[in-house]
Amino acid sequence: MTILETGSSERVTGKRLLRREDPELLTGEAKFVDDIVRQDALYMALLRSPMAHARIVAVDTAIAKHMPEVFAVMTGAELKSDWFAPMPCAWPVTGEMKNPPHYPVAADVVKYVGDIVAVVLASNKVAAIDALAAIDVKYEELPVIVDLEDALANKELVHPELGTNTSYVWKLEPDKSKVDQAFASAVHVVKSRYVQQRLLPSAMEPRGVLVVPQLYGSEYTIYSSTQIPHILKIMLSLTVGISEAKLRVIAPAVGGGFGSKLNVYSEEVLALTLARKFHRPVRWTEERSEGALATIHGRGQIQEIELAAEADGRLKAVRVNLIADMGGYLQLLTPGVPLLGGFLYHGLYDVPAYSFTCTGVFTNKTPTDAYRGAGRPEATFAIERSMDSLARKVGIDPAEIRRINFIPPEKFPYPSAPGLVFDSGNYLPNLEQGLEKVGYAQIRAQQQIKRSDGSKKHLGVGISCYVEMCGLAPSKVLGSLSYSAGGWESATIRILPTSKVQVVTGTAPHGQGHETSWSMIVADRLGISPDDIEVLHSDTAIAPYGLDTYGSRSLAVGGSAVYLATEKVLEKAKLIAAHHLEVAAEDLSYKDGSFAVKGSPDKVMLLSSVAFEAFTAHNLPEGLEPNLEATVTWDPPNFTFPFGTHIAVVEVDEETGETELLRYVSIDDVGNQINPMIVEGQIEGGIAQGVAQALFEEAIYDGSGNLLNTTFLEYLVPSASEFPSFELGNTVTPSPTNPLGAKGVGEAGCIASPPAVINAIVDALSVFGIEHIDMPASPEKVWSAIHLSGGNSR
Amino acid sequence: MSEAIDVDPIESKIWITLTINGSKNSYFVEQRLTLADFLRKEVGLVGTHLGCEHGSCGACTIIMDDKAVRSCLLLAVQADGASLETVEGLARDGAMTPLQEAFRAHHALQCGYCTSGILLSLVARLREGPIETEAEARESLSGNICRCTGYTGMVSALLSLSNSKSGDEEKQ
Repeated sequence: MTILETGSSERVTGKRLLRREDPELLTGEAKFVDDIVRQDALYMALLRSPMAHARIVAVDTAIAKHMPEVFAVMTGAELKSDWFAPMPCAWPVTGEMKNPPHYPVAADVVKYVGDIVAVVLASNKVAAIDALAAIDVKYEELPVIVDLEDALANKELVHPELGTNTSYVWKLEPDKSKVDQAFASAVHVVKSRYVQQRLLPSAMEPRGVLVVPQLYGSEYTIYSSTQIPHILKIMLSLTVGISEAKLRVIAPAVGGGFGSKLNVYSEEVLALTLARKFHRPVRWTEERSEGALATIHGRGQIQEIELAAEADGRLKAVRVNLIADMGGYLQLLTPGVPLLGGFLYHGLYDVPAYSFTCTGVFTNKTPTDAYRGAGRPEATFAIERSMDSLARKVGIDPAEIRRINFIPPEKFPYPSAPGLVFDSGNYLPNLEQGLEKVGYAQIRAQQQIKRSDGSKKHLGVGISCYVEMCGLAPSKVLGSLSYSAGGWESATIRILPTSKVQVVTGTAPHGQGHETSWSMIVADRLGISPDDIEVLHSDTAIAPYGLDTYGSRSLAVGGSAVYLATEKVLEKAKLIAAHHLEVAAEDLSYKDGSFAVKGSPDKVMLLSSVAFEAFTAHNLPEGLEPNLEATVTWDPPNFTFPFGTHIAVVEVDEETGETELLRYVSIDDVGNQINPMIVEGQIEGGIAQGVAQALFEEAIYDGSGNLLNTTFLEYLVPSASEFPSFELGNTVTPSPTNPLGAKGVGEAGCIASPPAVINAIVDALSVFGIEHIDMPASPEKVWSAIHLSGGNSR
Repeated sequence: MSEAIDVDPIESKIWITLTINGSKNSYFVEQRLTLADFLRKEVGLVGTHLGCEHGSCGACTIIMDDKAVRSCLLLAVQADGASLETVEGLARDGAMTPLQEAFRAHHALQCGYCTSGILLSLVARLREGPIETEAEARESLSGNICRCTGYTGMVSALLSLSNSKSGDEEKQ
């Protein structure tokens, strides 16, 4: 099952080790950004535009400036000379991509509700917020673009100077004639249009930043609620114009991210700029409703997907056309997010011909960017919904249409039509396990009985099979996609003089339990207790190199770096042990914390003795450096491709339109698992987020560009009452891509679940001839669809 | 249109006396200071977290005179004379409570930001009686939002508490 080499007679990997992170979180001891006390910090508050598109005619700050405890009030016009470079976008997806420059505070024109127009610094939060209310801004309204198709038609322009709302057109079409031919000769063609509604990522900890300047050392410490302390440091240096050597970024306890904290935000740039300007610590903490406007949104796409199939339902080609909502400006990764799904619209099916086109358009709305899954939930939704439509058209069961189209196990590594190489997979047993677990045949029988009984509650079952690309990423591939950074990860291991072990990782956990999992990897390789291993991270002064946590990459890439660094340090330790035992290094074996001479098990040297010898350096092999330390920067040769089957069982009440999720079964294959408890937690949380997209959540804009649901009273992040307990299972197909055989799990749940739920609802409503319900499938939408259909199921 | 808001920071303060996690003290507080900000900024008990500041996420839940309350929706002055319990008051002498241990054992937290509010909601609820069924567990959690876990671990944690309790009773 595992590729992992172990130096332990009692393996910890694969066990449900409790998390070392938990006690400080359970007792309130952990410190999030807003918990860090700096009595002398100025509080920053931001005046945000209530207009979606308007010219700033005048900003009157005279009264605000003279209010008690107010330190400074500044407009975009006044801050113009303080900017060094525009806000960064790291992913220019095409050479012609349009990326209008923008700065933390707008000076002339605002492009969305929430754009910053003025900033207040005061000695406390209350005084700062009071001062905001005293700033008077005069706006001249400009035409607003909200709808994606209106944007594409250039009805009005978000950035008139560009002459178009299109930021870019990105095409992935390896062989157009093959696609055209497949469609021309297809027996069945299924064409569908789906809307991926905008979502608010809604991490429970709002964003926050605290910048502490060192007055005489000219250094700045930036505490930020971020997933990317390392990338943030580089980007702040380039954007604010302070030497990277003078910046230290710390991500303390971070309360969830889901992609929303994988960004470089105006507030971070602004806090650093103002701390430099005034030589004072500056802090800002987002309010929930402010965050609804100021933190990136997820999804926001209109998808058109066409399947070409043979008479029996075998796929010949997939053709996709997307319109992707960029929002008012491009944030760090905005344009690239839809493209991460662009390779996966054929799902886990063997499809010879493929075409994908994405048009990114500007609208007068909050910018979009990576939200859990980033492009892959959208792709999975489109193909899995379409597969159900195709099954219906061909007249076979949704499970059967999948079976006959799966990439067969003997084709791995599988070169996909869009140009990826799927590392490993065995899809059919995974699907069968899911069908077995849910009792698919029994549910179908039950459904027939209920239907013939004339029940007003309709049972539905929905299957979603998924494959995703994660473990971001091979640096060369990222380069070929015009992404501005690499995808490697770094790890350092030190065996300290008292033989305790220090691991430094470049990943930046915010709930994923890396401290626990990384200690397990090292414990197994060294054959010592995980309790003797500390894991350090998320502080650029301690972990100088890293590419942080996103894209389900941390274990596959960062965990692999940790494993390889452990191997490397063990090689060095072996040289020292061989020197002392007066044998050749290859004559030594290692287990449970000691080196032994092969064939003479009584001739041993403990790792702890080796560590102390390495520290004193009194007697080391000629030319060997003192201390036991090794660093590995690992660049993965490929992505990893987790897969699985999710099955939702719902009951839809025809009288109220309400959907009840009765059961949810998932069988996930994430390769080897280090800590199954943590893996399950990731999947469960992901399922909850995906079900929320399917049933509850949507950022709703009115025609004037106002976001109508900015609180948790209107934006429905589900509570425990909305879910059954999820029923999890797994198969294990190790990835050959990395030494751990791990595939990645952070996003899988939320990639798989939206189509499972919608397929189940559509299955339930098929008695009314209903073929699709857009997300979120609210009671109102479902009820309306039933009534539009004539409401006659029999 | 805009006017300076007339606030005299000294005149607007009053004295309150309250008990927090068993110790009684007096504080001179701004009248419009919320109870959550008071606990976090004036008392230094930052384990109470703010998730929405409009009373819907439950992250800031504490116990006030035996009732679970949202500390973001109350003013500090409303707590005058009250007895408060926060997350910092749960574990004693280096030992976590069975509820906290159950949360750890069942992976009922990930980022941990919402956890203190959930623990306090449950402490108040468990004082009213045991949580014995999944429906009761979900109902008792329904006033709090967690974005990480999907709640499955929390439900298991709660059910494990009632199971181990009935197990203990059987032994006696």
